[in-house]
Amino acid sequence: MQLALVIDPGKCTSCKQCELACAYEKEQTFNPSKSRIRIFDFHEEGRFVPYTCTQCDEAWCQQACPVNAITTDHASGVKLVHDNLCVGCKVCTIACPFGTINYNADTGKVIKCDLCSGDPACAKACPTDAITYTDVEQQGFDKMRAWAAKTDSAAQTS
Amino acid sequence: MSWTRKILRVNLTAGEITTEPLNMEWAQKYLGQRGLATKYLSEEMDPNVDPLSPENKMIFATGPLTGTCASTGGRYSVITKGPLTGAIACSNSGGYFGPELKFSGYDMVILEGKSPKPVYLSIFNDNVQLRDASHLWGKSVWDTDDEIKAEVQDPLAHVAAIGASGEKGVLYACIVNNKHRAAGRSGVGAVMGSKNLKAIVARGSNGVDVENPDAFFAATDAGKKVLAENAVTGEGLPAFGTQVLMNVINETGALPTRNGRDVQFDGAHDISAEAMAEPRRADGKANLTTNVGCFGCTIACGRISTIDPTHFSLQGEGRDRYKHNSGGLEYEAAWALGASTGVNDLDALTYANFLCNEHGLDPITLGATIGAAMDLYEEGIINSDTTGGLELKFGNAEALTKACELVGTAEGFGVELGMGSARLCAKYGRPELSMTVKGQEFPAYDPRGIQGMGLTYATSNRGACHLRSYTVSSEILGIPEKTDPLVTEGKAGLVKAFQDATAAVDSAGICVFTTFAWTMEDIAPQVNAACEGDWSVDNLMEVGERIWNLERQFNMAAGIKGDQDTLPDRLLKEAAKTGPAQGLVAGLDKMLPEYYELRGWSTDGTPTDETRARLGL
Repeated sequence: MQLALVIDPGKCTSCKQCELACAYEKEQTFNPSKSRIRIFDFHEEGRFVPYTCTQCDEAWCQQACPVNAITTDHASGVKLVHDNLCVGCKVCTIACPFGTINYNADTGKVIKCDLCSGDPACAKACPTDAITYTDVEQQGFDKMRAWAAKTDSAAQTS
Repeated sequence: MSWTRKILRVNLTAGEITTEPLNMEWAQKYLGQRGLATKYLSEEMDPNVDPLSPENKMIFATGPLTGTCASTGGRYSVITKGPLTGAIACSNSGGYFGPELKFSGYDMVILEGKSPKPVYLSIFNDNVQLRDASHLWGKSVWDTDDEIKAEVQDPLAHVAAIGASGEKGVLYACIVNNKHRAAGRSGVGAVMGSKNLKAIVARGSNGVDVENPDAFFAATDAGKKVLAENAVTGEGLPAFGTQVLMNVINETGALPTRNGRDVQFDGAHDISAEAMAEPRRADGKANLTTNVGCFGCTIACGRISTIDPTHFSLQGEGRDRYKHNSGGLEYEAAWALGASTGVNDLDALTYANFLCNEHGLDPITLGATIGAAMDLYEEGIINSDTTGGLELKFGNAEALTKACELVGTAEGFGVELGMGSARLCAKYGRPELSMTVKGQEFPAYDPRGIQGMGLTYATSNRGACHLRSYTVSSEILGIPEKTDPLVTEGKAGLVKAFQDATAAVDSAGICVFTTFAWTMEDIAPQVNAACEGDWSVDNLMEVGERIWNLERQFNMAAGIKGDQDTLPDRLLKEAAKTGPAQGLVAGLDKMLPEYYELRGWSTDGTPTDETRARLGL
C-alpha cells in the first residue's frame, strides 16, 4: 500500500508546527526557512494552505535533471534527491510546475519532501489533522463521504 | 543554546548598527524577553527620561523558546518607557514576526536615539539596514506592510509597523505585526513614531537550537498534549476565541459597562462569540470565518472575520479594504469598543477593530476612552461643538466608528481622544470619570465582581492590565483552583503568585494563554531542556519575582510610587447595581497591605533592602 500526504487547508491554523518539525527532521535545527513543507497565508480570504511535493508519478523534476540525481523509490513512490549526484544546476526547480523542489544555498543542492522514509514529521506535528498520511488510493474518500452526507435522497414524497 | 547570544543595537540618531554578545549572566537571572529587556533598559537608561524623547530606548525582545517548536513559542515583547503611563511599558505580541528576529540571529534589538528622517529597519540575517521611509510616512500599517514586502522583494518577510497615529503621538498607538497582531498597550507605537522609525521588517534563515533536544521534544510533546486535552485551550479558545468570556463575565456581573456605570450589559449576547458564529441574513455567512494560530501555537484562539456587506461601515467610497477577511474581535476589544461604550452592533465593533489594526491603536484604551468621552457627553460636560459634531451618546455605533477613524489618523476630536481618558477627563475637569490606574485604562473585568482583579489593576507595573495577573482564571474558571470572586480573602497571595508566574512566562517566549492549562510544572521542563542552567519551577518563580521587583524599581525611580497603587473612585465607592456582585465595591483596602507584606515591601509599597538583597537586585 502506498501512502501519501493529504492536506486539508480548511483545518490549517497556520501554526507552522509542520515547518518546524520538517526543518528539525532534515536539518536538526528549528529553521522553517529550510522546511520542505510551507504554509501560505491568504489573509484576506481567511485561508491557510500547507503545500509540499505530491511525489508525481512522472515527475518533471526527475525528467529535467541532467545528471539523474533524482530517483524513484518504487515501493513508496517517493522522488529522492541524491546529494552526491546533484550538481545544484536548479533545472528541476524550473521544471517543477508546483515549485515544491527548491535550492538550498547553504549546501548547493536542491531539497524536497521525501516523506521522511515513510513517517512524515509534518503529519505527526500537525495539531489539527490538516496534514495526514494515508492510503494513496483512498485520498478522496473523506471528501466523497462529506458530499454523500449532503445528498438529500430520503423522505421524498414525489 | 536557545538564546542566539547576540544583540542588535541600532543608534537611530547616528544611523549606526552594531552587534554585541548577549549578557549571559543577566540571562540566567532574567531569562529573556520581558525580564531580560527590562534589565537592559534599567541598566542603560535613566527612568526619568521623557518617554517621547530620543533619550528613551526601546527594545524588541524574544525569549529563549521563541522560534522553537514549544507550543506558542513565537512571542516577542516591546519594552520601553510608556508615554501613556510614564511607567515601564512591556507589550507582548504573537503572529510570525518575533521568530524572524531570532532566525536572523538576534535575541533582541535595542533602538536608541531618533532618526533625523523617517526610516524603517530591515533585518535579513547579517544584512541589517536603515532604509528611507519618507514615502511610507503617514500611511497605514496595512499599506506599509504591503509596500515594504514589495520593496524588499520578499513576500515571506514579516513586518511590524506603526500607523499615522504612532507618528502623531497618539498615546496609545501600538505596533502591529502581520497586519493584525499587536504589541498593544501603553503606547509603544508612539515611542516608535517619536524615533522616526516606521517599521521593522525581518526574515532569517538561521536555526534556533536547544540544549537537550530529546528532553525538549519530550517536554514540548507532553505540553501540547495537556493543551489539546484541556477544555479551555483544547476546545473553548479554538472554537470561540477569548470571546467565549463575553456571556460568562456578563452573567458573573463583572462586565464593566458604559464607562463602569454598570457591571452588566444588556447587549452582551449581541457582541459575543456565540453571535460571531451565527449566520447573518445578508450573505448567510457568519462574522467568524475561521480561527488562526500564531507561530507555533497549537491553541489557535485568533479570529478571522468579515463585516456584514450591508452594514453602514461598508457603504460609500474607499471601503473595499474592509470588505474582506481580517483580524476579528477578541474579548478585550469587543468589551472596550462595545460594552464600555454601550454599543451592541457586532459589525460596528468588527469594523472598529479593523481600524485598530489598520492604524495601530490599542483597542482597550481606545474603546475605554470613547466610553469616558461618552460619559462626559451624557453629563453635559462636552457637547457636539466640542466633539466636532460627534454625538457621543452611549450606544451610538456610528459615533463610535467615526471616533475610531479620527483617532486612527489623529484628526479633529481624534487628537483629544488620542490622549487617553485620564488626560481627556482631567482636561474637562472630571478626572474621576477616567477608568484608569497609573494613566492606563483597565480592561474587561470589573473588580466589583471579580475582587482579585482590583488588586491586579492597582499593582500592575504597566498601569491597569489583566495580563499581569489573570486571577479570572481562578476566580471564574477555577484554574488552577476555584476561589470566590466576591471575596477579598486570599487574593493578595493569589495575585502575587500569578504576577510572578506570568513574569516568567512572558520572559520565556511563550504565550500566557497556555497557563489556562499549563502550570509551572509543565513549563519548567520545556525551559530547562531548551536552556543551559537550572530552570526548575522554584527558580522560574524566583526569576518572576525578581522581574516584578525590577519593574517596580524602575517605576519608583520614575516617580511612580505606592500612592498610585489605587483604583478609580467609581470602583471604590459606587457599588455594583445588579448581578451577583450587587452592593459590592472593590475591596482594595482589604488586600493591598497584605499584598505589600507578602511582597516584602514596606507599608508604603517600597521593596525593602532585605527583599532586594534576597532577589539579588
